Amino acid sequence: MPRKMRMNSAIAAAIGDEMRADDSVVMFGEDIAAAGGPFKTSAGLLEEFGPVRVRDTPISEMAFTGAAVGAASMGLRPVIEIMFMEFLGVALDQLSTQAAKFHYLSGGTVSVPLVVRASVGVGTGFGTQHSQTLENWVTATPGLVVASPSDPQTAYGLTRAAIRNPDPVILLEPRALYSARGAVETDDAGIVPLGAAREARRGDAATVVTLGRTTSVTLDAAARLAEDGVEIEVVDLLTLVPWDVGAVLASVSRTGRLVVVEDSPVTGGWGGDIVARVVREAFGYLRAAPFRISAPDAPVPYGKELEARYAPNANEVVRQLGAYVRTGYVPDPWWVEEGVA
Amino acid sequence: MTETKTTYERREALADPIARYQRMVEIRTVEDTVNELFATGVIHGTTHLCQGQEALAVGLASVTRPDDVVTATYRGHGVALALGMTPLALLAEIMGKTGGCTGGVGGSMHMSDPDIGLLPTFAIVGAGLPVATGAALAFQVRAEDRVAVAVFGDGATNIGAFHESLNLAAIWNLPVVFVVDNNVYGEYSRWNVTTPVEHLYERASSYAMRSAVVDGMDVDGVRDTLDAAVLHARAGGGPSLVEAKTYRFAGHSRSDAAPYRPDGELESWAHRDPIGVTRSLLLEVGDADEAAVAAVEDHVRTDVRAAVDDATAMPAPDIRAMFDNIWTDRPTAASSTGGDRRA
Repeated sequence: MPRKMRMNSAIAAAIGDEMRADDSVVMFGEDIAAAGGPFKTSAGLLEEFGPVRVRDTPISEMAFTGAAVGAASMGLRPVIEIMFMEFLGVALDQLSTQAAKFHYLSGGTVSVPLVVRASVGVGTGFGTQHSQTLENWVTATPGLVVASPSDPQTAYGLTRAAIRNPDPVILLEPRALYSARGAVETDDAGIVPLGAAREARRGDAATVVTLGRTTSVTLDAAARLAEDGVEIEVVDLLTLVPWDVGAVLASVSRTGRLVVVEDSPVTGGWGGDIVARVVREAFGYLRAAPFRISAPDAPVPYGKELEARYAPNANEVVRQLGAYVRTGYVPDPWWVEEGVA
Repeated sequence: MTETKTTYERREALADPIARYQRMVEIRTVEDTVNELFATGVIHGTTHLCQGQEALAVGLASVTRPDDVVTATYRGHGVALALGMTPLALLAEIMGKTGGCTGGVGGSMHMSDPDIGLLPTFAIVGAGLPVATGAALAFQVRAEDRVAVAVFGDGATNIGAFHESLNLAAIWNLPVVFVVDNNVYGEYSRWNVTTPVEHLYERASSYAMRSAVVDGMDVDGVRDTLDAAVLHARAGGGPSLVEAKTYRFAGHSRSDAAPYRPDGELESWAHRDPIGVTRSLLLEVGDADEAAVAAVEDHVRTDVRAAVDDATAMPAPDIRAMFDNIWTDRPTAASSTGGDRRA
């Protein structure tokens, strides 16, 4: 029976379920044990599984990320927590240059079943060094799986799938959604497979590809557009690498329009890959130019109203999607429309 | 044909002092050979040679078990051969051939053979320390009596990974031995220009960690010192930092002739060449006579030459090799049919 829970509790439940099923699953990170995690995503794990398997670390992302790589190489299944995605910067070597290469450089004899969980994104007022999504830090390295949940169920299901995956997985957890509540199926039926997108809403006016926080933003926008008779299709990617090309192409072949809604800045954002692939593979299905709704090329600002405007919000998605579907032309982003950048 | 001993047999052989000498000569011969192959254009890319550091590699291999784990560096040919990798697997790798230890996709900086406890060697300074620390964590969690060893250079003691790893290993009391191969130079810079302490092993005191220092040109001394550290870790006593004082007879890499050495330094260290020292000692204590030692040296030269010939005769990897082993199991959706919708 599904239970109502918040997303942070769903993540803790998923880790707990995998730890119960498999003794090789361990967890460590900063303040994840005694305190249950700064965002309570590991509450109760120390009490149930003890200090050998659930450990607080020093503030040493490089060491504990690398330690997770070493432990995974020896057959453990470590889950580590990077409190804020930006903190991965000091540990990126261990992920991109070590973890992602071990299988390759060992002739396929060593696997690194490692899960790196990192909180990402805007919406909680943490300011410019604690609010980025930074997907492109991890998407450009073959060998890494990258996924991002969009609600409590997908957080539960992707976390369990990630722990079972034989290769390194980075879970980008939208921090703004930790407190979101939803019904969660917590047995094996609740596992969400990596590599598969989810049709979050059915429609025919346009295919709108989302990830993480932008899924709920876009679903809010979709409900408002529907009041005007515009039914958009929302494809929640869930896994960014490798993303579900087939699901997106199938949707675009029905709707003839593609929009990507992403939390990252324009330059280097993952939406560019989606658009490029769809143009190459399904150009003949497109009735209008595809485009991206994203954050501007600017650091994440702190001030409440600034932050609320920075990343795509429902108003902006409604404005841009509405204009696009109505006219067939690609609208300008708000900062161009308003002449501020 | 090259010798047909398995990697395990090569590892076990190191219990014998003459075999240890033979392995040191083998490392020297292979490194000299690699240098020639680069100079004559047979091999491309770069290489980092370890002439002068053979005693540390062989001493380490002789006091660890094949189920222990070692992380080493881009200057890793010596450690790989010492642990048991054959000259053929190593030379074929550097020549980019199918019979190389990674099938020719790794090259000189990426020696790998998990069967003898060698994780893929690290081309990023310091990167092996956190990984060895994590391997030790796995041994501790599973209550196994295995030990992890991180071998790294003096330059690595100035990178954050060194300090973070020692700290983590200390607070968790992990079965890991950190071995700093202080060969006097970090890339092109003499250690005293980059490092404010005289002895690197003293850095262990910041982490309340057991430490030791040893003459890295003396294979017996290396064995004694590392054996104590490994047994300490194996018995649950926790980590150690061991500094071995060695000397890098080669430049940093293929393109470095090391013009920055102070006058006379190379010559003064040459007197302590670990191969010369070990050879004299074998003769002195009567473990071998001149004829026996010469026979060992001849055998190695013949063997390495044969390995070069065999590696040369091997095919280059198929072009598809670049797509192998990126993923253990790449996730795919049932709907992901890829590029079948060309318009």
